[in-house]
Amino acid sequence: MSEVLLQAAGLRLAFGGVRAADGIDLAVMGGEFLAIIGPNGAGKTTFINMTTGYLRPQSGEITYEGRRITGMAPRAIVKLGIARSFQLPQLFLEHTVEQNLALAVASREGIWSPLAPLRRPRYREEAHDLLERFGLAAIAGTRADALNEGARKLADIAMAVALRPRLLLMDEPTSGVAASEKMAVVETLARVLREAKVTAVFVEHDMDVVERFADRVAVWSQGRIAALGPPQEVLADPAVQRDVIGIERHPATPEAPHA
Amino acid sequence: MAEWFQDNGLLLGLALLDGLSSAGLIFLVAVGLNLVFGVLRIVNVAHGSLYAIGAYSAASIGIFLASLGLPGWASIPALVVSAALVGAVLGPLIERFLLRRIYAQEEVVQLLVTFALFMVLEDVQKLVWGVQPIHHDTAMTLLGTIDIPFAGDVIPFTNYQLFVLPGFAVVTLVGLAWFLRRTLTGRVIVAVTTDREAATAMGIDASRIYLLTFSFGAALAALGGALSSPTAALVPGIGAQTIVLSFAVVATAGLGQIEGAALTSLMMGLGRSIAVYFEPELEVVVPYIIMVLVLLVRPQGLFGVTETRRV
Amino acid sequence: MRKIEPILAVLLAAAMIAAAIAAPWLRFVLTIALAKGIAVLGIMLLLRAGQVSFGHALYVAFGAYVVAFLAPRLNDAVLLLAAAAVGAGLLGLLIGLFVARYRQIFFGMLNLAMCMVFYSLLEKLYHITRGSDGIRVEVMPVAGQALDRVAYEWAIFGIALALALGLGILLRLYLSSPMGEALAGIKTRETRLEFMGVPARGVLLSAYVISAVVGGIGGALIAMTSRHVTPLLSYWTASGELVFIAILGGAGGVLGPFLGAAAYELIRVYAAASFADAWQMILGAALLLVILFAPGGLWGMAGRLAGGRGR
Repeated sequence: MSEVLLQAAGLRLAFGGVRAADGIDLAVMGGEFLAIIGPNGAGKTTFINMTTGYLRPQSGEITYEGRRITGMAPRAIVKLGIARSFQLPQLFLEHTVEQNLALAVASREGIWSPLAPLRRPRYREEAHDLLERFGLAAIAGTRADALNEGARKLADIAMAVALRPRLLLMDEPTSGVAASEKMAVVETLARVLREAKVTAVFVEHDMDVVERFADRVAVWSQGRIAALGPPQEVLADPAVQRDVIGIERHPATPEAPHA
Repeated sequence: MAEWFQDNGLLLGLALLDGLSSAGLIFLVAVGLNLVFGVLRIVNVAHGSLYAIGAYSAASIGIFLASLGLPGWASIPALVVSAALVGAVLGPLIERFLLRRIYAQEEVVQLLVTFALFMVLEDVQKLVWGVQPIHHDTAMTLLGTIDIPFAGDVIPFTNYQLFVLPGFAVVTLVGLAWFLRRTLTGRVIVAVTTDREAATAMGIDASRIYLLTFSFGAALAALGGALSSPTAALVPGIGAQTIVLSFAVVATAGLGQIEGAALTSLMMGLGRSIAVYFEPELEVVVPYIIMVLVLLVRPQGLFGVTETRRV
Repeated sequence: MRKIEPILAVLLAAAMIAAAIAAPWLRFVLTIALAKGIAVLGIMLLLRAGQVSFGHALYVAFGAYVVAFLAPRLNDAVLLLAAAAVGAGLLGLLIGLFVARYRQIFFGMLNLAMCMVFYSLLEKLYHITRGSDGIRVEVMPVAGQALDRVAYEWAIFGIALALALGLGILLRLYLSSPMGEALAGIKTRETRLEFMGVPARGVLLSAYVISAVVGGIGGALIAMTSRHVTPLLSYWTASGELVFIAILGGAGGVLGPFLGAAAYELIRVYAAASFADAWQMILGAALLLVILFAPGGLWGMAGRLAGGRGR
């Protein structure tokens, strides 16, 4: 962990009466994996949306590598090296998985050559390489609208990685992934990101995933950061256990004594 | 300015009155189109044909009643009856046998189906009523004219255009607003408009609502046509003119907006009739200029709501 | 299917040449069909982005009037085609900067509005355009060669065929380039494009300008073939006709527009000859049948016959 890569200071944004961001201050360090946890409606996605330019904070500043990016358009922010994946995967549904990836690779290099094919070997190879690493090679030729939720999610993340970002923001990367595969998927993901030296911020509901992969955890609550620190410390905090983990774990995994 | 007014005041008064009455007609047709789009999510190009058929039917029924020797006033209810007939006969036919098959299709395809229907109905209309102008204005002449004092002068204007046309529009506007907000069926329609999936998930019988809405929309188009029939001779092509104007109103007002459609109709009706009296070359262009200007400032229409997509 | 596309194109071209030799009136019909097919390539491009323009007759009419206006000064078919292409491209850029901000019905209706404004101008500015009488276009030299009428018609047919093939190849390349694939991305996930650093509006705008250019070329060819231009070229039903042809052909490959245009023109000629009062109805019914029973259009049908998939 070295220098500050992304710095948010005093971000505020309200929708009607709901304060989705109510003074967010956060520094993301280069190379770290930072998990964001918190109940639904706490403003986790809003933070990602503000950082990637989809929403503009009403006040506050976001700087990336020392440069102010508040209010810039999503496509300009991408060019600076910040990519994101989505809670609801955003794939080009009428294209195959490989074409989705190739299009992401092509858009990184600029798409304005109208007569050279998307199927050129360079794009295909890189797309295949990524699919290989994400364990998606078998479905390269499948149309995106025919994928199951887990594959869709991974392809969505792979597209973001194809942009070769320095910072990747992932909105619930494991939701929709079958519980039995979850750990393996995150394992793969973490390896790919570490290899590519990508700093990652991810919203996560599964505390096991957080505990195992996050360097730091930020707890979101009503548009504020309620706690921030290493997972062992934060997750052990009784207040966090009561307010966040209690809510999250309660219906899905009841505290069974033999677990 | 004062001098200009002295010269042109009378014209301006006439333009305003004309604009008001044509706004009434435009509203009736456009609100039908808007309602159908809101619920079925289909832009019905054949809406203009329904207008034309409503107009021709009203004229035919009026002429038929007169030939029976019935008094002239009978042609007034005949206007409404013919509109209801068109709505009740053609509406369900089109919805059941055509539109129902394409709800799941792409928007382009839906648009093309109604375009094809438009082509078919245009020729049907020519085959049934011919291409010679048909004129039956008993309803208008019967109600006489009124002298309206304006700028120290009087403008004679027909009672029919001054009261009946805007009157129907106002009644429709108020009635529709009341129906959609206060009755159960109306609220169901609004629910389907705002979130079709949720509405169907809640067990709302969407297919019945579609049938009802489409037939009602068709009746509104036909009513617009029927009410217009006493004011002008009917010729082929009125359907095509009407539909493009209604499109412009719907896009300007914002999709699914009823009060918006009323205001837009008023703007376009007045704009157009002012053009007729002062710059006739611009008549046809005025609605589109209004539309472009509005959409430049408000891309989702005057009253349209921006949909923020959740990502 | 993609693999046999070039073979099919060559076969279709050969069939057209054979038909044109066999019957002079077919040469006329097929030249018009090729011209419309070229214009419909542009519609197909926009359909790829999920957008329907109900106003592309604007560019066709513009191209046609460029020929009519400039023919006395720039009396050569090749130069006039270039002028029409450039002019329509510039107009497309100007209008595209505005309409590329909109999607779906707003996109369709704004294009319709532009088209109708142009129509009205052509119709009303009589002293420049001679209104609905239109302007005659005389037989002109082709690439510096003065030709008699028959040779001229053959030359225009040849140019149309060559342009159809050339533009077809170019657009086929364009569609499979990242730019063309991103166009298809606008239809399914426009937001994603922005988050990949691709300006979706720019992608759509470039496709729009291309569609305007091919529209202008198609219009110029129509003017040179029918040798008479009227405002009706820009009426909204003419725009509908272009979308009609696109769907009839099937939006799959670049051959679709030409299959669709040839079928459309032939049906139209036969229907107009046999049922003068009902040709629209027959076309409309044909369109309904295609949509309801052959959803992939003629291209899709050809694909099934060839044993492959539509795309």
